[in-house]
Amino acid sequence: MLIRQKPDIAASEITPRHLFEGRRDFIRAAGVGIALASATGAGILLRPAPALAGTKLPALRRSPLSATEAANSQADITSYNNFYEFGTGKEDPGQNAHTLRTRPWTLAIEGEVKHAKVYDLDELLKLAPLEERIYRLRCVEGWSMVIPWAGYPLSELIRRAEPTGRAHFVEFISAADPEQMPGVRRPVLEWPYAEGLRLDEAMHPLALLTLGLYGEVLPNQNGAPVRVTLPWKYGFKSAKSLVKIRLVERQPRTTWSSAAPREYGFYSNVNPQVDHPRWSQARERRIGELGKRATLPFNGYADQVAALYTGMDLRANF
Amino acid sequence: MARTTPAGARNAATGSSRFPAWVKPVVFLLCLLPLALLAGRGLWHRLGANPIEAITRSTGWWTLCLLLVTLAVTPARRLTGWTGLLRLRRMLGLYAFFYASLHLSTYVWLDQFFDLPGILADILKRPFITVGFTALCLLVPLAATSTNAMIRRLGARRWQGLHRLVYAVGILGVLHFLWLVKKDLREPLIFAALLAVLLGLRLLWRRVPNPQRSPIAVGASRAQNA
Repeated sequence: MLIRQKPDIAASEITPRHLFEGRRDFIRAAGVGIALASATGAGILLRPAPALAGTKLPALRRSPLSATEAANSQADITSYNNFYEFGTGKEDPGQNAHTLRTRPWTLAIEGEVKHAKVYDLDELLKLAPLEERIYRLRCVEGWSMVIPWAGYPLSELIRRAEPTGRAHFVEFISAADPEQMPGVRRPVLEWPYAEGLRLDEAMHPLALLTLGLYGEVLPNQNGAPVRVTLPWKYGFKSAKSLVKIRLVERQPRTTWSSAAPREYGFYSNVNPQVDHPRWSQARERRIGELGKRATLPFNGYADQVAALYTGMDLRANF
Repeated sequence: MARTTPAGARNAATGSSRFPAWVKPVVFLLCLLPLALLAGRGLWHRLGANPIEAITRSTGWWTLCLLLVTLAVTPARRLTGWTGLLRLRRMLGLYAFFYASLHLSTYVWLDQFFDLPGILADILKRPFITVGFTALCLLVPLAATSTNAMIRRLGARRWQGLHRLVYAVGILGVLHFLWLVKKDLREPLIFAALLAVLLGLRLLWRRVPNPQRSPIAVGASRAQNA
C-alpha cells in the first residue's frame, strides 16, 4: 500500500509539479496581498507580519494520509489545549497565548548533521509544499480530537540537513521565554520543554512538521509558529513552538518522562493495552461526543507505523 | 426547627450568639449557587469543549470546599465564640454530601455511562478513585444519621463517635484530588493545607480544655428538647 512505502525521496525531488504549483500559489497569494495592500493605500496594511495566526495559508495539497473522520470545530481545537507554557488549565493557552510573538522566529537544525542551519520562518514555510493532514489526536488524559493540520513531512527538513552516521535520535526543543509565556515562570515542568524521537520515527512520513491549522497559520495556543505532529503517539510527544531540532547519538531526556518516569515513557505510543498507572487507556472520549470509544493501537495508525517497533516489548517501552 | 430552644435561650442570655432568622435561608441559597452557575453554563453552552470533564471537576471542587467549610464550623465557633454557627453545620455537611453525590452521578452516568465492570475496575485499580469512592461511602452514614431523631436514637456519644468519620472523609477527599492531578499540585495542596490547619486545631485543642459546651452537647440538648 501507498502508506507502507518508505519516504519516497526521489519522487519529491523529481516531482516538481506540486512543488511548483505550491510555489506558484504562494507567489500568487503574496502578489494578491501586495496588490491589495498597495491598492488600499500603503501605510496601514503594509505590516511586515504576513504569517500571524489567522492568516490564510497558500493552497494546500490534500494528503492521502488524512483521516476520513469529521474534524473537530476550530473553536474546540483552539480553546481546549494542553500547553503548560501558558498555564496548566485547558482554557489557559487560549486565553494567554496571545502574548507569544511568532515573528520574527527562527528554527535551528543542528547536532549530528552535515549542514546545520538556522531557518527563518518564511524559509520554513516555503521549504516544501504544504499539505493538509487531517490527523486524530489522542491525549494521554483520555480524550481525543480530529484536527486538520497543515505542514509537510519532518523528513523534508531533516534530510536537507544530512544527518551523520552518528545521528540516532532527534531532540525537539520548544521556546521558553518567561516574558511571553507566563507558565514558564513556575517550575511545573523543566523548561524548556524537550521531546524526542528515534531518527527512523522522525523520518516516517506521518511525522509532520506543522505550520498551520484549518488552512490558516497556526494559532498561538496550538504551538505556533512551528511544531511537530505525531498522530500515533500521545499528544505530549508533539512538541510545540519549536526553536531547535537537534540530531543526537543517544536517546535524549524528554520533559514528561523526566517529570514522572513511571507514567510517561520515551516512546509513548498510543496503546490501549498499557494503562497509565493512574487511569485506563482502553477508551477515549472524542471531544464533541458523549459516549466513549475504544482506543486503537497506535491511535489507528498501526498499518503505517507498527513496523517501526517490530520485536520491541511495547509494555516495557511504553 | 424550634426557634427558642433552651440552648438558644442560653446563648441569647450569654449574648455570645445572635442568630438572625435570615442566616439559614441565605446560606442555603448560597450553597445552591455553584449548581445554579453550572446549570447556567450548561444551558448557554459555556462548559467548554469537554463538558463532562467540566461538570465532574466543578462538582468535585465544590464537594471539597463544602467539606472544608463544614470542618471549619467548630474551630470558627471556638475562635469567635458565636455558637449560632453550629446551627449551620448540619446543612453545610449535607450540602457537601449533595455535591459529592452529583460528582459520583456524573462519573457513573455521564463519564462511564453505567459501565459497571469499568467502574468496578476503576474503583479497585485506580488509587485516586479508590480513595474518592471510599470517602463518598463514608459520607453516607453521616448523612443518614443527620436528623435529630437519629441523634436521639444513637445517643450523643455514639453519634459523635460516628461523625468523627468526617475527618477521614476530608483526608481521603483531598488525597483523591492530589492523586488525580498530572503535575500542577497547587490547588490540591491548598486544600491539603487548609485541611491540615482545621484538623491541627482540633488536635491542639484536645489538650486545652474547651471553655464552651462541646458541639454535640448543644445538638443533643436541642434534639432532646425539640
